[in-house]
Amino acid sequence: MLTRILIVDDSSAMRAFLRATLEECDDLEVQEAENGFQALKLLPRGEFDLVIVDINMPDINGLELISFMRRIEKYRETPLLIVSTEGSEQTRSRGMALGANAYLQKPFTAEALQKIVADMRGKQRGKD
Amino acid sequence: MVDRKDKGEGIREEFIAEAQELIEGLSRDLLVLDHAQQQNAVDPETVNNLFRGVHTLKGLAGMFGFSKLGQLAHRIEDLLEDLRLGRVVLNQSVLDILFEGVDTFQRLLAEAKNPEEIAEVDIEHFERSIKALAVNQKSSSDIIAEYEIDPGVIAVLTEYETHRLRTNLSQGITVYRLHLRLSLDVIDTVLKQLKERGRKVAEIITYLPSMSVGPDEMIDIDVLLASNSPESELIKVLDQSESVLSVIQRRTPHVPPPAPTVTIPEKRDAQPVGAAIEKSDEPSGDGFAIADRAGDPLSLRSVMNTVRVDIRKLDHLMNAVGELGIVRGALGRALEKMRDVPGLNTLTGELRRIHRSFERCLIDVQDDVFDVRMVPLGHFFNKLGRIVRQVARENVKEVRMVVSGSETEVDKLIAEELADPLMHIVRNAIDHGIESPSERESRGKPIAGTLAINAYQKGNHVVVEVQDDGRGIDPKRIKQAAIDKEILSKEQLDEMSTSELLDVIFLPGLSTAESVSDISGRGIGMDVVKTNLARLGGMIELHSEVGVGTKFTITLPITLAIISALVVEVAGRTFAIPLSTIQEAIKLDPRAIRTMEGREILTLRGTTLPICRLADRFGFSRETKRSRQFVVVVVHGARRLGFVVDKLRGQQDIVIKSLAPSLQGTRGIAGATDLGDQRLVLVLDAPTLLDEFAATSRTNLLQESLS
Repeated sequence: MLTRILIVDDSSAMRAFLRATLEECDDLEVQEAENGFQALKLLPRGEFDLVIVDINMPDINGLELISFMRRIEKYRETPLLIVSTEGSEQTRSRGMALGANAYLQKPFTAEALQKIVADMRGKQRGKD
Repeated sequence: MVDRKDKGEGIREEFIAEAQELIEGLSRDLLVLDHAQQQNAVDPETVNNLFRGVHTLKGLAGMFGFSKLGQLAHRIEDLLEDLRLGRVVLNQSVLDILFEGVDTFQRLLAEAKNPEEIAEVDIEHFERSIKALAVNQKSSSDIIAEYEIDPGVIAVLTEYETHRLRTNLSQGITVYRLHLRLSLDVIDTVLKQLKERGRKVAEIITYLPSMSVGPDEMIDIDVLLASNSPESELIKVLDQSESVLSVIQRRTPHVPPPAPTVTIPEKRDAQPVGAAIEKSDEPSGDGFAIADRAGDPLSLRSVMNTVRVDIRKLDHLMNAVGELGIVRGALGRALEKMRDVPGLNTLTGELRRIHRSFERCLIDVQDDVFDVRMVPLGHFFNKLGRIVRQVARENVKEVRMVVSGSETEVDKLIAEELADPLMHIVRNAIDHGIESPSERESRGKPIAGTLAINAYQKGNHVVVEVQDDGRGIDPKRIKQAAIDKEILSKEQLDEMSTSELLDVIFLPGLSTAESVSDISGRGIGMDVVKTNLARLGGMIELHSEVGVGTKFTITLPITLAIISALVVEVAGRTFAIPLSTIQEAIKLDPRAIRTMEGREILTLRGTTLPICRLADRFGFSRETKRSRQFVVVVVHGARRLGFVVDKLRGQQDIVIKSLAPSLQGTRGIAGATDLGDQRLVLVLDAPTLLDEFAATSRTNLLQESLS
């Protein structure tokens, strides 16, 4: 089954890394948004199965995006993965409290990302 | 972490490119901050941009395994975090650490690019300097709680956003909530516009996407902003048809704080809301049909709207387009021939039409390719700003850099070639031009010297002026140095006018500085600067007045690759002369030639014009029987010279190719080109020929006067 992933990160090198790592897995389709504005535009149209979001972004930050998604019926169940340099337990717990499903702190390895995404896909499939 | 070995070079290059961009951005923002600090008008947004840049850099360095860069970024990030949260006060020592930090980032990145360039970095030194800064930990009672703000909003604010909200409230600045309903089709464009407009009158604290995407694909967004502007003005600037602006009220009655201090950026004239932003509320408006398509996820995998391209790829593209231009020329000539062949009329007519539309398309493509290669000089001036700061500091001089024309665009390649000469001139200006603060004071000049850099476009050329208000260049000292170093004889120098004397600094081997400092030294002299610029078809001029200052004016063509040229014949050989150097071409009237001091000169409309027979210059046997000849008048700076040629073959666009290494450095030849008839012709380097001619005529004059 095809999994559609949206990456929201303002660093293009980071997006490139995430995309390259994810595309090593089968049945994945990746789209990118470089800021929250673009993410808001892409979300309703993409039917995403997983959203990967950075926290520290200009204008609309990751927390705002997560909070928004969880308030909308359509995205309430969409698995959300935070990838962030923010090391503080506070940011992490705030993100999780707002409804994110997992948290991966930068720096992380390609394998760690692949594993966490595989786990999240597995859970999602279990639900379906 | 990204395994640098197996994750492919592509991503590593992505890292390097983004890190480079980030560091350049930091450097730019830091200069803005430095300037703002002096004016006592720091925009929190600048500090925040710096923080975000370093934060991203740290994240990237970590992911891509550049630990030293990551560690340093971490320290600097902490400092910026304290700064943006108001725990550290911005002062000179903070700025010094930040400048040094950015310079070190640059060195570490150079090491990342080329591991042989090992950058020695003392992270602990940074740590110590940062620790030495006074930290302000005052925690006032939380003012935010006193205002009617939804706790759901507070929950999603980052620490920084919370801090900005708190700061604005405690300074008595009104905080507003702007509620918008936007169509998804246009959300990114409208918000971007709102951001641009809003910045002029308010500080936007954050955007909160709030409610449902209904069946009509609308989304609700709350914008939290702080402003001292009257509500009516805000409405004028920000208002959208379906929006509500409301003031965040205080819960308890309270006495307004005295005289609020403004920290929001300086207000510029508010612009009326334009048609675009008004229209944007209509989801089905015609203007947005394209935006709609572009946003369609089925047709686009990525919504990135810029791409980074290796300049070499653009060179290839440029060359290919150049070759197409040559093909066009060849096609045109073939068509000319076909016209005379009987029985081909219909076919020729059809081909001619195709040729014309080909020509139109090609012009478009040429324009676009040129455009893609253009970069604003601003990027580069920012780097220069850092050098100015550094050199001024090393010299214990105060220098104010004033830049205008940053938006002037030049070919990327030209911008790169401009770097060294400009750097050299700027260093010289600070090293030798601008006096020490005490000397300036005693001369009644402002203590801080001014270094003005001004760029503008002039026809197909870009002009960059570097002007200082320092001590100027003394022609007497140049004269003495030239005699001491045996570059020219006293007799030669005595003949020269002041401006000619000043031009002597462009001769090899001369340096007017009494001591060669390690700063300007750098092994290149003004002669190299001049030669390098001339190689690109540019030139440099110098004006200086003792005690008042010095001005260098660099003129360069905006682009290099494709140029228009006049194709001429000399003694049966074909040459191309770049049109940019040509003033006019006239028929030679042998009766108008006179000989003066062994040189042929021509009287042209009342003025005299020295002439140079190209056949003689290149040692071809002159065709004596030729009766009709032409003079091509070339100009370079203030000099004019007439090239005598046998035939004018017309104007043509050419792609200059460099000569084989063994032939490079042939004086008077800029390169070679293919005119589309499979024959290679040489492109004349008019500026060099002119200089050479002027120099030899001066020696001739001297020799004649001596004998």
